[in-house]
Amino acid sequence: MNSLTKIIKYSFYDTWRSWWALLYGLFFLVISVTLLYFSGDFNKALVSLLNIILLLVPLISTVFGVMYAYNSREFTELLLAQPLKRNNIFLGQYLGLTLSLMLSLGLGLGIAFILFAGTAEESVHLGMLTLCGALLTAIFTGLAFLVSVLFEDRVKGFGIAILIWLFAAVIYDGLLLAFLVIFNDYPLEKATIGLTLFNPIDLSRILILLRLETAALLGYTGAVFNKFFGTASGMAVSLGALLLWIIIPLVIFLRKVQHKDF
Amino acid sequence: MIEIRNIAKAFGKLQVLNGIDISLEKGKIYAFLGPNGSGKTTLIKSILGLTQPDKGEIFIQDENIKDNWRYKSRIGYMPQIARFPENLNMMELFRMTMDIRKTPANEEKYISYFNLEDARDKKLKNLSGGTKQKVNAVLAFMFNPDILIFDEPSVGLDPVSHLKLKDLIREERDKGKTILLTTHILSEVEELADEVIFLLEGKIYFKGTVQNLVQTQNERNLERAIAQLLLQSEKKTKKLNLKAA
Repeated sequence: MNSLTKIIKYSFYDTWRSWWALLYGLFFLVISVTLLYFSGDFNKALVSLLNIILLLVPLISTVFGVMYAYNSREFTELLLAQPLKRNNIFLGQYLGLTLSLMLSLGLGLGIAFILFAGTAEESVHLGMLTLCGALLTAIFTGLAFLVSVLFEDRVKGFGIAILIWLFAAVIYDGLLLAFLVIFNDYPLEKATIGLTLFNPIDLSRILILLRLETAALLGYTGAVFNKFFGTASGMAVSLGALLLWIIIPLVIFLRKVQHKDF
Repeated sequence: MIEIRNIAKAFGKLQVLNGIDISLEKGKIYAFLGPNGSGKTTLIKSILGLTQPDKGEIFIQDENIKDNWRYKSRIGYMPQIARFPENLNMMELFRMTMDIRKTPANEEKYISYFNLEDARDKKLKNLSGGTKQKVNAVLAFMFNPDILIFDEPSVGLDPVSHLKLKDLIREERDKGKTILLTTHILSEVEELADEVIFLLEGKIYFKGTVQNLVQTQNERNLERAIAQLLLQSEKKTKKLNLKAA
């Protein structure tokens, strides 16, 4: 086993054993079981679940990520004094935390899925939902880690990470809407697509809704996306953009940390 | 053993290290003294590769440590503050470091030496500050490294453990290890240090034995000699400030 996998193993183990990880998984289990059991209509339940995931997964990942990054600073110093490559330490911590959050989420949704999913079609939908949750986890933990290395002061870092979440989850949609209303007279399709790529939460919403083919729920951005790319390539584009949202912050984080003084 | 050549480091406008040149031999205990902010910790962290100097080079056993991480397997480090992953227990922490370093370790010897038997299965977050510090000490000693670095090791230790730690440090010195130590406790310096390195504003202000230091300052004991050094340095900076004004 190389040193990267060792770091992943131990930071995964460390977070996985905390009460928070358990609580997080349990929360999604209860929510999804309740929704699937009581709503009767699978697709409706799925859309409700989607909305909860789109809001909460980024928030929890951000909070966990920032707390972990700041709280493990002294231990990171101890690790840095060991014969380890810097990148392996930080990438390992990131992957360890992300994987344990993904596992909590996956278990929560997965158990509900085993209990309630009927048709193959439904399983694919739930799988998509879990995938989106996983991608959002990776994105927002990465952003949180990046914030933690950019701001030495943890209160400031925490505030900025929460602001990023608030912006992506709430403010962005409002701004987009305002933009659309103001520039009503111009052809806005391409601009809208471009702008959507800058919000990972919007992207995951589109990814799921394209899959569900509930066109009525796509909203303006989703409808434009659907029209412009069609379902298949629309999904490919949004998936690709989401992957970039993981990779780019992570690369910047690793480069910053390479030259950081502890 | 350790060659430090013209190291300089600034954090923003603050010049923390300003051209440090020393070579540290094996079989000696070096005590780094100096007022707060004189660059002791930064110097130690540069040797450990935690801080990257702006200028200068550090060689450990003739190996340049820049962009190098393998040399750290020859160093044991006991930091000032002990913070560990919250949900691991002590033995898991030791196993993890052994897993990382892949060198034979003698953790059992030091666990019993520091009376840590009861802490084996306790989660690290539930240990007291002093106990964590002892865990830190075990981590530094257990791999039998050639170089041992202690950043204010006495903080939080009870008198018995402190005594035990000092005995152990002396024992390791006699085995031919290079030992670096920062501290504010002068009795510790008097008891342990073969050489005193007094840092001031990022420069070496004095280097020599304790006796040497006391003699050159014309004082009765180390405490007074250090006080004398500090007074001199204050005057110097005041003069400089006046000149600048």
